[in-house]
Amino acid sequence: MLEDPRGLRHLPIEEAPGNLSDALLAMVKRDLTLMLRHRGEVLNPLVFFALVITLFPIGISPDPALLTVIAPGLLWVAALLAALLSLDSLFRSDYDDGCLEQLLLAPQPLAALSLAKVAVHWLLTGLPLALMAPLLGVMLALPAGSYGVLALSLALGTASLSLIGAIGAALTVGLARGGVLLSLLVLPLYIPVLIFGAGAVQAAIMGDGVLAHLAILGALLAVGLILAPWAIAASLRISING
Amino acid sequence: MWAFIHKLGSPKWFYAISAKLQPWFWVAAAVLLVVGSVWALAFAPADYQQGNSFRIMYVHVPAAFLAQSIFISMAVAGLVYMVWKIKVADMAAAVMAPLGAAMTFISLFSGAVWGVPTWGTWWMWDARLTSMLILLFLYLGVIALRGAFSSRDSASRAASVLAMVGVINIPIIKYSVDWWYTLHQPATFSITSRPSMPMEMWLPLLIMVLGFYCFFIALTLMRTRSEILRRESSKRWVQELVEERG
Repeated sequence: MLEDPRGLRHLPIEEAPGNLSDALLAMVKRDLTLMLRHRGEVLNPLVFFALVITLFPIGISPDPALLTVIAPGLLWVAALLAALLSLDSLFRSDYDDGCLEQLLLAPQPLAALSLAKVAVHWLLTGLPLALMAPLLGVMLALPAGSYGVLALSLALGTASLSLIGAIGAALTVGLARGGVLLSLLVLPLYIPVLIFGAGAVQAAIMGDGVLAHLAILGALLAVGLILAPWAIAASLRISING
Repeated sequence: MWAFIHKLGSPKWFYAISAKLQPWFWVAAAVLLVVGSVWALAFAPADYQQGNSFRIMYVHVPAAFLAQSIFISMAVAGLVYMVWKIKVADMAAAVMAPLGAAMTFISLFSGAVWGVPTWGTWWMWDARLTSMLILLFLYLGVIALRGAFSSRDSASRAASVLAMVGVINIPIIKYSVDWWYTLHQPATFSITSRPSMPMEMWLPLLIMVLGFYCFFIALTLMRTRSEILRRESSKRWVQELVEERG
């Protein structure tokens, strides 16, 4: 125990209850349980994704030749909007019931804890979107060889989307009506991911090499993994104090 | 050097020093802009391909330069504010955002006007144009976020974070859009590969660019000064200043 001149006792960091990996595991477990108890919130983005894709053949043309051309972009834009839709709830309920303040006070670094939250968000929105996309690709007459690339590019890309989106969600969580503002902040930042994601699928259709696109998606994800947690943590602190 | 930087952080001192600097930048801006535009519009030779329509360049290029520099300055000011809590940096960032958005809009609009005679269309999904449009959205996001908070301190810090995140995105967008365009559509037109310019055309452009920068600095100083007065209105030195002026 350390003695403080004011007579307060301080716990050395080593004695803080629970180490980082325990805390992260607990965080992931808690968020997964909470999300899976609200099945609607997990399913809504998927239903939205399917619905938006359905609108395009109705609105533009059911001609398979035309659909094949625009399918990569359509699938990616719709998946991006579906991911955006789920962002507002990322920190909302924790903010409302005070859990977020507890996270700020926790001895573990807030950046790591928010990374765990983002990981759960990706597991329950990004990954299902990626798995569902090939099915919708069939409906948009996507050629057979490109389904794997579509799923892989979405799986990689949505992880970046979750990381970038979490910054916007953290910045707007303290605002009463942050929803529209959130999309204004986040969509411009999504554009590089969209370009390379849709580019990968397009390259697969045309029979070009997809590796370069996927590699850049991976690079974007790596940069996001390094930088985004700090921005998320700083933004959460701003939202809590404000 | 450090004492100078510390002093620069004090609103009162900044208010005093900017009063001395400001007229010089206004004069420089006025001289450069008048000389530059007369030279550019009346004396520079007409382009052998585009005739006189190329003269839009003398507004378009400086505005595009500024649009990007202002975003970077805003992010740097945000960083300074976040790290050292220097209030003046945030005031400058706050007044720069609308200026940057305006410059982005001017460069987009003048580009569209220029596009009609040269490309035959108002808009192309060209790499440059698209990344400038996204820059405009980034500016609008920063301005909207700053306006959304009721507490000034939160607004300042949120806008700083967003400006810093946005500035990382700018080079990514710039290059990704380049690749996106060149990979899938043949580049029909490009504003990037300018025909090598003769000196008589390039010099007025340089003068216009310098003039735009001086204008921007003068305007930022002026607007930061009024922002200082607004935010520090409860401080004694501001009240004394107001009483002095009557």
